[in-house]
Amino acid sequence: MKNKQPSSGTFKGILRYLKPYMPLLICTILLALCTVAGQLAVPYFVGEAIDLIKGAGDVDYTKLYDLFIVIAVCIGAAAFGQWGMSLCNNHIAYKVLADVRRDAFRKLQKLPLSYLDTRAYGDISGVIVSDAEQFADGLLLGFTQLFTGLSTIGGVLAIMLVMRWEIALVVFVITPLSLFCSRFIAKRTYTMFKKQSEVRAEQTAFIDEMIGNLKVVKAYTHEDENEETFDEINGRMKKCSLRAVFFSSTTNPVTRFVNSVVYAAVALSGALFAIANPLTFTVGNLTTFLSYSNQYTKPFNEISEVITEFQNSLACAARIFALLHEEEEVADGTETLGTAEGRVTLTDVAFSYDKERELIRDLNVEAPAGKRVAIVGPTGCGKTTLINLLMRFYDVDEGSVCVDGKDVRKLSRASLRKNYGMVLQETWLKAATVRENLCMGRPDCTEEEMIAAAKAAHAHSFITRLPKGYDTVIGSEGSLSQGQRQLLCIARIMLCRPPMLILDEATSNIDTRTEHKVQDAFARLMQGRTCFVVAHRLSTIQTADTILVMKAGKIIEQGTHKELLEKGGFYRDLYEAQFAE
Amino acid sequence: MKHLFSCLKTYKKEAILAPLFKLFEACMELIVPLVVAVIVNKGINGADKSYIYYGCLILVGFGVLGLAFSLTAQYFAARAAVGTSAELRSRLFRKLQSFSYSQIDKTGTSAMITRMTSDVNQVQTGVNMTLRLLLRSPIIVFGATAMAFVKDVQTALVFVAVLPLLVAVIIAVMAAGIPLYKKVQSKLDRVYASTRENLTGVRVIRAFCKEQSEVSEFDVRNRELCKKQQKSGFVSALMNPVTYVLVNVAVIALVFVGALRVDGGAIEQGDVIALYSYLSIILVELIKLANYVFTVTKAVSCQKRLAEVLNDEGEPSVTTEDDKPVGDSAVLFDGVSFTYAGGGAPALSDISFAVKQGETVGVLGGTGSGKSTLVQLIPRFYEASVGDVRVNGVKVGAMPAETLRERVAIVPQRAVLFQGTIRSNLLWGAGNASEEDLLFALKIAQAEDVAEAKGGLDGEIAQEGKNLSGGQRQRLTIARALVRKPEILILDDSSSALDYATDAKLRAALKTVGCTVFIVSQRASSVRHADKIIVLDDGKAVGIGTHEELLSSCSVYQEIFNSQERREEKGGVDDEE
Repeated sequence: MKNKQPSSGTFKGILRYLKPYMPLLICTILLALCTVAGQLAVPYFVGEAIDLIKGAGDVDYTKLYDLFIVIAVCIGAAAFGQWGMSLCNNHIAYKVLADVRRDAFRKLQKLPLSYLDTRAYGDISGVIVSDAEQFADGLLLGFTQLFTGLSTIGGVLAIMLVMRWEIALVVFVITPLSLFCSRFIAKRTYTMFKKQSEVRAEQTAFIDEMIGNLKVVKAYTHEDENEETFDEINGRMKKCSLRAVFFSSTTNPVTRFVNSVVYAAVALSGALFAIANPLTFTVGNLTTFLSYSNQYTKPFNEISEVITEFQNSLACAARIFALLHEEEEVADGTETLGTAEGRVTLTDVAFSYDKERELIRDLNVEAPAGKRVAIVGPTGCGKTTLINLLMRFYDVDEGSVCVDGKDVRKLSRASLRKNYGMVLQETWLKAATVRENLCMGRPDCTEEEMIAAAKAAHAHSFITRLPKGYDTVIGSEGSLSQGQRQLLCIARIMLCRPPMLILDEATSNIDTRTEHKVQDAFARLMQGRTCFVVAHRLSTIQTADTILVMKAGKIIEQGTHKELLEKGGFYRDLYEAQFAE
Repeated sequence: MKHLFSCLKTYKKEAILAPLFKLFEACMELIVPLVVAVIVNKGINGADKSYIYYGCLILVGFGVLGLAFSLTAQYFAARAAVGTSAELRSRLFRKLQSFSYSQIDKTGTSAMITRMTSDVNQVQTGVNMTLRLLLRSPIIVFGATAMAFVKDVQTALVFVAVLPLLVAVIIAVMAAGIPLYKKVQSKLDRVYASTRENLTGVRVIRAFCKEQSEVSEFDVRNRELCKKQQKSGFVSALMNPVTYVLVNVAVIALVFVGALRVDGGAIEQGDVIALYSYLSIILVELIKLANYVFTVTKAVSCQKRLAEVLNDEGEPSVTTEDDKPVGDSAVLFDGVSFTYAGGGAPALSDISFAVKQGETVGVLGGTGSGKSTLVQLIPRFYEASVGDVRVNGVKVGAMPAETLRERVAIVPQRAVLFQGTIRSNLLWGAGNASEEDLLFALKIAQAEDVAEAKGGLDGEIAQEGKNLSGGQRQRLTIARALVRKPEILILDDSSSALDYATDAKLRAALKTVGCTVFIVSQRASSVRHADKIIVLDDGKAVGIGTHEELLSSCSVYQEIFNSQERREEKGGVDDEE
């Protein structure tokens, strides 16, 4: 998704977002024209005014005062235009930005997990945060900058042509030189910047690795070696940076030089003209020309910058619209489940993440209501995939998953998921208070219920020791240990008491003594509920009603702990490997 | 700013030359209107073409000189900025490496990385901009005013009137704008946090059907951000129109005063043009200045954060006075308590025990009972708040950190390997280790098969050891510690990913090495054969002794042992759940 080229779809998308702000956009354009006209008129009238100051005793005050009023009006118009334009622009840009983010975030909730799982979090949040910003800033602010720039150039050219086309021609011929120079420099510096960012990436990787694991570095007193390596990279970085920074900073002096040549050329031709035709080309006219030649070159220099920015923004917009147009999850089923009994049947299920590599084939599982099903097997055997299918994070390729005899694809996702309680190995908590996290599944629960659940999960005592108890804000990384976080996840489920449970290594981060205590609470919770338990420690699943032994996406053995041990197959091997001592 | 300036010191020459050449360039620019005045007065009004030709030639000449000066200035500015930031980065890196564990905890890894990367880059840009622009602008503004005075004192008074107003406006807009900009940043952080949270927690959010409430939360944050952006945009939108009006009203005043002066014969028409040019130059310069002010303020705030790090004292090599060695224990804890900085309750309280050379010590306890903390006091990663920790009878604080850590090798909980080869990682243990040493360490650590699978000692290791499994990583980190040939080896829960059989083989092999070994574990089976087991519960040593002793005397040990052993030994029928 990095190199999406802007397409007609992108432009259509941009227009769609701009549509509600069309009146404002037209305002912006009118105000921009007003600004440019005012800004161009001021030097013209100042030139006229200077013509009225011929010399000692030769000043036409009445006309001068009239001109002052005209100039004041022009200043007012230009300033007002500029101010209004900025306001309109800000309004449009920030509103569109907010709109884009709003839609993108809503989209996020509807994207299938297959999309989210295969992309780095940073990529997606980058689109919503930085790309959207760049799009709004660059495209909209860039647009007005480009527009005012172009109309300034056009206006100046037009006035100069009318006033004295010969001199206008001089300006017209020389100025593009500066554009050419800045382009030339930009092209040359590109490779230097590339080199710089390569070395920078190397340095960042090294910093990431060594500062990220500083404790290990210190444990092995490896500081001196690190310093050496760092200084070596830093030295190279210094060299590359110097080249890149210096050469790119030559643009301004060079364009300024071209401007001064333009200035001199205008002065020369203008002065000669004024001598040759003192009546048609006055000193005041020359003044006007000189200040125009300054005003004219400025936007010229900026344009190449604006265009780069513009292309950048289009690329960002393309990424945003690519995200917005991404295919959503298959439409929800219309039936609702209500409170399920908890009979779960998987029939002839086939599934794979990557269509090239088959993962699950002919999977049949029957979990009667209220029974406990344990799933064991080596890493990558498809245990977690099974959970993805049960929760309908993914849909099966073939076959069906049914709850209480109803195909889950016919049900609304919300009604299905409300029937499941899930505790995963990975302990995700919201950056919010403990209370908000616990009550996530049941925002309307009472204080007593919440505390009871926390107590059952053996989380109450450590929660009360937190600085603000249940109102302590916990971060997404934060100060809690993995074990404590997992206890909170367990308490969260204890509060919901859904008819079906999924426990994927739910106690993997908890020490055995606490686990032992939590198990009692779990046992009570699991009473009469259909449970799917994935566990690394075989001891935690021995009491399951059925154990599914999975290997390479297939169930190779099935039965109770006793049956499987007697059978002497793969399960027995797994079991014995644990106690090889 | 102290640190920044001391880094700049090496580039004193550059830091002086850059603005100096900027000054020369500014002078060139400032002389231009004077030349134009001569062209008008003598050339056009005096109808003498030679003035025009020479005047324009001088203009081009000044252009060339200006180019040369400003290129020189840019070069020195770039050198100073790049050099300063390289120096700053290098100092930061050294400082961070000297941090103690408590300082690392306090600062946080991601903050340290940000300091080293984006903050330093911001400062580099800031220094560069300051040398190039921030000095140029005042030079131009005040230079133009001074030139105006040279032309005509009375007309120049217009400049004097308008300049303070302009400065006031810029300061006011900045003063109002910067806090608003900071607010925008913090609101943006919240939007980012929301987005990221929804990506990392997508499964839980969907499982709890929380999509709708997440959307409304995001909407609130998004709207808040938009509001703040509008507000900050409103303020900054004032800058350009107001300065524009001020300067151009000054132009009217200037033309008027100029008219009176010309009328009175004090100055000529060309001088009015020159004065007008000076005002225009000031306007252009101010607009530029306003645009770069934000860059510089950002750099200043980054620099402040860097200074915080640089002002921190690193960890001293020796922290206590040398005293007489006490006893002959390899490791001795005498009434040790420890509280983490900012932590409420002590993580360890009143721990005392002695370990003889060559003994194996098990440290057992639940999550958060203080096991890791205890062993981290031995190589003095943290310093005991109360009591003494002694290695070979000497207080750990009295030994230089390098010497102490040469003797103690710790295998941390999180098995971290570095990008490179198996060999380069093992050599972390001891840079001068021989091939045999490495192979021997691999053998003891039960990691020979890992090396084999990767193609020997020169097998590639990806960053963070991502191309290895958890168990493989753990065994390699143990091997790395063994290469060091430590007197004391600490395994901080570092065999958790190993299966029971490998774990047992590892322990047996370690016995043959002959060093004092600490094994931290949650598994009773990993420590039961140790010479001494320390059982921790909530930071207190609730039992110290052998397996048999503890089994009869320590209730916590019994509980832990039973919770694990009952299942593991009996396996089959189990009634606990």
